[in-house]
Amino acid sequence: MSLVFKPEETFRGDYTYRNSDAAILRFPFPFPEDRYMYSVNIEPHVRSGPTDAFCRPFDIDEHYIAECRDRALTLEQDPGRCQVLPHMMTAQWDTLELLMENMAADYPEQFSLTKEGDVFGSRWTWINRPLGIEQQFIFGDPDTLPCEPFEYITRQAQGDFAICDQREDNLYLDAGMITSQADWSLEFNVGMNFMEWHGPVPLAHQAGVFERALKYLLMLRLGQPVRRLNWTMSINPRLDTSPESYPAWGPDRASVTVENAGGKVHLRVELQTLWRLPRSNAILFPIRCFLISIEELARVPKWGKRLHRVLSSLPPELAEYKGLTRYLPATLAWLAPLDDGAELATGTGPDITELAPV
Amino acid sequence: MIGETLELTVVAVDDIAPSLRHVRLAAADGGQLPPAAAGANIQLRLQGEARTWRNAYSLISQPGRRDEYEIIVRRVPESRGGSAFVHEVLKPGDRLVASWPGNLFAPQRTARHHLMIAGGIGITPFLSYVADFAHNGTSHALHVCCRESETGTFAPWLQACGDLNYYWDADGHRLDIPALLAQQPAGTHLYVCGPAALNDEVIQAAADAGWPASHVHCEHFGAALSGGTPFTAFLSRSGIEVEVGESESLLEAIERIGATAPCLCRGGACGVCVTGVLEGEPEHRDHYLGAAEREGGQLIMPCVSRARSARLVLDL
Ligand code: HEM
Ligand code: FES
Repeated sequence: MSLVFKPEETFRGDYTYRNSDAAILRFPFPFPEDRYMYSVNIEPHVRSGPTDAFCRPFDIDEHYIAECRDRALTLEQDPGRCQVLPHMMTAQWDTLELLMENMAADYPEQFSLTKEGDVFGSRWTWINRPLGIEQQFIFGDPDTLPCEPFEYITRQAQGDFAICDQREDNLYLDAGMITSQADWSLEFNVGMNFMEWHGPVPLAHQAGVFERALKYLLMLRLGQPVRRLNWTMSINPRLDTSPESYPAWGPDRASVTVENAGGKVHLRVELQTLWRLPRSNAILFPIRCFLISIEELARVPKWGKRLHRVLSSLPPELAEYKGLTRYLPATLAWLAPLDDGAELATGTGPDITELAPV
Repeated sequence: MIGETLELTVVAVDDIAPSLRHVRLAAADGGQLPPAAAGANIQLRLQGEARTWRNAYSLISQPGRRDEYEIIVRRVPESRGGSAFVHEVLKPGDRLVASWPGNLFAPQRTARHHLMIAGGIGITPFLSYVADFAHNGTSHALHVCCRESETGTFAPWLQACGDLNYYWDADGHRLDIPALLAQQPAGTHLYVCGPAALNDEVIQAAADAGWPASHVHCEHFGAALSGGTPFTAFLSRSGIEVEVGESESLLEAIERIGATAPCLCRGGACGVCVTGVLEGEPEHRDHYLGAAEREGGQLIMPCVSRARSARLVLDL
C-alpha cells in the first residue's frame, strides 16, 4: 500500500481531518451484528482481517504525520500524558524495539533500522523519513536518546500505548503515552490493576468479561499477539478527548443537530492489540484510534445501516457510559433514512470495493 | 515478531559435569531468534525413534540475546526420556523444533532486592536472572545448594553475580533457611527453584516468617503448555471421528480434518467455541465455563480443553 500523508490536517480548532475513499474502505468497523454488547472479543492478531487496517502489527495510515503533530501539541500542554514508573525501563526498550522493527519491516520506504548488534549496548540507527528524523543511539542506554525510549518511539507512532507489568496474577498500568483517549485519565489510572482501572465500565464485570479476559492475558505468549476492537463516539474529529481537556470538547456534545450530525458525529474505533514483551515479560497495549464521521461511514451502505441498528438497540447503560446520551437522538434521526431494514450480512467487512461518488 | 515454533540447529554440545550437558542452539536459517526475558524457557520437541518428547528447559543465555539460545540438561538417572536423548543422541548439526520462549517465572520488577535460592539444576533460571540484575544494577543475592564438587560448574554464567553463596551437605555448610530469611531487607522478593523438598521447605519457612505469598515465587513448568494424552473425538452431526494427538488441541484436530468449528480467542476466554458434549468426560482447561457448567459435563471449550475419557462425542 502506498502512503500519501496529509500533514496539514488538524484534530482541534478548525478540525480539518477527513478520510480519503481508501481510508474509509479500510476502516475497522466494529459491529458484526445488528446488536452490540460487551464480550471477550479477543482474537489472534494475524496479518489478515476484514479490512486492510487489521493486516499489519502496527498500522500506519494517511493521518500519521498529522497525528504525531497533534500528540506533540498535547504533550506540550500537559507532559503528564506520558508517564512511566521506574521499574519499567526494560519494558520501554522492549517497546522501542518492537515498534522500530515492525515499522521498518512493514513500511521500508518510510522507516529504517540498522543495528550493529541485538543486545543492550549495541549501536542502532533509526531513520523516520516522514518526520525527518535520523537518530543514532545505544540500545539500552537512555542517555543516548533525546528522551526516554518509550516516549521517544511513541511520539513517532499512531495511537496510544500502555504497558502493563504482570505480577501477583494481575496486570498493573505502569506506563502510558495517552493523548487520544476516550475520556479516561492516565494520571488517575497509573499504577492501578486490571480490575481497578476497569472499575467504571458498566455491565461487563457482572458478565464475567474482565475476569476471563484477565486470565487469558496472564497467559499471553511471546510471538502470539491478540487484538480486539473497542468503540465510542466523538463530536468532531478530536483525538484528545481526555478528562483533563474536557472544557475544550465536552460542550460540543450540545451542538449536534439532525442537520449537522453527519459531519460532526464521529465513530471512534480503537484497534487494541496486546503483546507479550520479550525482555521485561510485561504486556504492551497499543490503542490505535480510527475516527470517521458518520457521513463518511455511511458511504458504505452496510455500515450506515448497521450503525443505525446498533445505536437504536444500545443498552442505555452503555450509551450513558460512552457519553452518547445527549446527541444520540439527533444521530439516529440522521441515520434513519439510510436504513431500509433489509437484512445485512454478518461480519464487519464493507462488502464493496469502491465507494459511490458523493 | 509473530510466530509459534522455531526451527533450531544444535551449534555445540558440551558436558560441563558428568550428568550435565550444555547445549547451544541457533536459528536453523541463520537468522535472529526472538529475544527472551530472564526466567524464560523453551519447549524442545525431541524426536526419538519410538516417541517424541516435549521438554521445557530454562534459557540460560543472556536475556535478549538473539544469535543463540543456551540450555543445560541434566541427565535424569534411570530415565529413558528426553534428557537421555539429549545426552546420548543429540549432536551438533541436528535440527530441532522448539516453541517460542515462554515465561512463567519472570522476576518481579518492583522488588527492591531479589533473593534467589537454587537447588541443583534448579539454578538454571537464575543464571539469566543474574545477567539481568547485573545489567540493570538491581540488588540481588543467589544461594545455591549443591554437591561440594559442583560449586564451580556454573561459574562461567555467574561472573556478574554480586552476592553468591554455596551450601552443601556437611556440617557448617548447610543452608539455614529461617536465618537467611530473617536477614532480608523490606521489599525483598524470594525465588526458589529446586527439588520439591527444597521448594516446599523454603515456601513453608517464608510463610512461617510471615512473608506475604505475593513476595514468594517458585518455578513450575508445564502449566502453560497445551497438549496431553491423546484421545478420540466423534463429531456426531458430521459423523466424523478425529484422533486428537498429544501436542494439538481438540480444536486444531477438528480443523486439521477440514471440519469447521467456531472460535475466536483460541485461549479459553471468549466462549465462542463452546460445544456440547454428548458422551465422555471433558478435562476443562478454559476460563469460560462456570463451576456448575463444568460439573454438568455437557459443555466443552475445544480450543483448550481435552478429555479424561478415551473418547468424547461432540455435538458438532
Ligand atoms: C491490558 C490492557 C488494557 C488496558 C490498559 C485497558 C484500559 C482500559 C481503560 C483505561 C478503560 C476506560 C475505563 C474508564 O472508563 O475509566 C477501558 C475500558 C474498557 N475495556 Fe479495557 N483495557 C485493557 C484490556 C482490555 C481487554 C483485554 C478487554 C476485553 C474484554 C477490555 C475491555 C474493556 C471494555 C469493554 C471497556 C469499556 C469501553 C467502552 O465501552 O467504551 N479491556 N479499558
Ligand atoms: S475460542 Fe475462545 S473460548 Fe475457545
